[in-house]
Amino acid sequence: MPILHDVQAEFGHISEDAIREIAGLLNLTRAEVYGVVSFYHDFRKEAEDRPALKLCRAEACKARGVEQLVGVMETAAGDRVKIEPVYCLGLCSVGPAAMVGGKVYARLTKEKAAKLVAEL
Amino acid sequence: MIDKNSVICISDDAAALACGADDVAAAFEKAGFAVKRVSSWGMQWLEPMVDTGGIGYGPVAADDVAEIIAGKADRLYIGPIEEHPFIARQQRLTFARAGKTRPLSLSDYEASGGWAGLIKAKQIGPDAIIEMLIDSGLRGRGGAGFPAGIKWRTVAGGDGPQKYIVCNADEGDSATFADRMVMEGDPFMLIEGMAIAGHAVGADKGFVYLRSEYPHAIVKMNAAIKACAHLIAPFVMEVRVGAGAYVCGEETSLLNSLEGKRGEVRAKPPLPALEGLFGKPTVVNNVLTLAAVPWIMTQGGAAYAAYGMGRSKGTMPVQLAGNIKNGGLFEIAFGMTLGELVNDIGGGTASGRPVKAVQVGGPLGAYIAPDQFDLPFDYEAFTEANALIGHAGITVFDDSADMAAMARFAMEFCAVESCGKCTPCRLGSTRGMETLDRIIAGENIAENIELIRDLSEMMKYGSLCALGGFTPYPVMSAINHWPEEFGMPKP
Repeated sequence: MPILHDVQAEFGHISEDAIREIAGLLNLTRAEVYGVVSFYHDFRKEAEDRPALKLCRAEACKARGVEQLVGVMETAAGDRVKIEPVYCLGLCSVGPAAMVGGKVYARLTKEKAAKLVAEL
Repeated sequence: MIDKNSVICISDDAAALACGADDVAAAFEKAGFAVKRVSSWGMQWLEPMVDTGGIGYGPVAADDVAEIIAGKADRLYIGPIEEHPFIARQQRLTFARAGKTRPLSLSDYEASGGWAGLIKAKQIGPDAIIEMLIDSGLRGRGGAGFPAGIKWRTVAGGDGPQKYIVCNADEGDSATFADRMVMEGDPFMLIEGMAIAGHAVGADKGFVYLRSEYPHAIVKMNAAIKACAHLIAPFVMEVRVGAGAYVCGEETSLLNSLEGKRGEVRAKPPLPALEGLFGKPTVVNNVLTLAAVPWIMTQGGAAYAAYGMGRSKGTMPVQLAGNIKNGGLFEIAFGMTLGELVNDIGGGTASGRPVKAVQVGGPLGAYIAPDQFDLPFDYEAFTEANALIGHAGITVFDDSADMAAMARFAMEFCAVESCGKCTPCRLGSTRGMETLDRIIAGENIAENIELIRDLSEMMKYGSLCALGGFTPYPVMSAINHWPEEFGMPKP
């Protein structure tokens, strides 16, 4: 796992070649490494050039109205920004919450959320 | 007017940062004040909160800083923080340092009683540590509520020289953030708890399995482990970062993930206490469980057991979240009723509308209606009411909540996060979601509700772990309490 995190941090995704290389070095089959990569939501097999925003869609953020933000955020994002759901950022009393890279945002309103997406 | 020489304390916890604490801190520094970045008091509706020598202001924006300095910000004035009812009503054992110390300052930690638990543990020795933990009645805070002392004793008696301490910091439940607050606010306390566990069971290596959604906690835990390595030696620790799989909060799935495998659940037995990480005897405890240990060591097991009710001893850091007016962290002895927590402490909903439902225990917890608000916070009382305390997160919903949609979400969540190992969870969740879609669309409602009931029974008793086993709780509680929202007649 630490190896996979490092590869993804360096290259943005974990390619077929990387899987082959890791399998060889760890004396595992490619299928075993592929199995691990595909199990976890964080690991990507394909490159993703767009900026990404993680929007918390779990219960506490739902109770605070995150679903009403999704429409405006997707409009603002279009094909340019990737909006991914995340199940809980631990900001459950100050939601709706989002994360971009390692930076977190809370108390999102329609205006703040659209602005956040537009500025990515 | 605020004295130029007074030190301004502002939290650097993720909740404060997400609300703009860095901008507020920068504004004070620009105005010539010394700013100390401390842990959070846990009054999250007031974040970013500014502590000016014990007097609080919040929620503060950078634009408000000049007004505060001039002594004119009456609308943000909180008064003496320690006397605020939200703080004064708590019994903070685990969160005793919250809001007061700098998370990564070894001198702050030591000055506030840090390491005393580890020193005492080394004096009294493994048997006495475990004895004390059993006396304290401390139960696993991750959700299962298993007595921690019994688990430690099992690991201590396990075979072989190599044993491990694993801290489950994969706090994925919605409405929970107490683990995050410990790791970001008081990381040395967790490390001390793990070192004591290591000494008690004879383990020289500890892992913190930390979810990737908590970048600030990862940074702080890594820094804290490095800073105090010489103090916990020969015990060594390492942070391992998860990769976004909710199911890895389940202990056997977590162990597989730590071993670098797919996070699939293992069948029990064998118990992780006997055959855990890499097949060795392993203590797997939640952050809050391990964080409670230093206090128990210094104050004694009986002192801890004096808090609480029935078989639920000690305090629980309750997390008030969702649509709640006063959301945050409220640590209190077991026994307070749900109604007191939601209405008296939490102040009802943030939207000002009536409370319709609360979900206790994360995405796998039951939805509870206000007519059950006399339920005391106690493991056994919750189990009897077909609910669970879990990690003690409470999500409040107002009357606009769509319970059928929430029930469907519970199934959808289980389908997305299922590890795929067992059939009831893997297939049951998807079929459940489809069946709920049919109910919501109005197709053969009575028949499909029966189907959901049957499916829920099967998932509850046939799943390997709590993900499939507990998903029926939110689903069935929503159907039973609010049948009219599923197109059924009101009882």
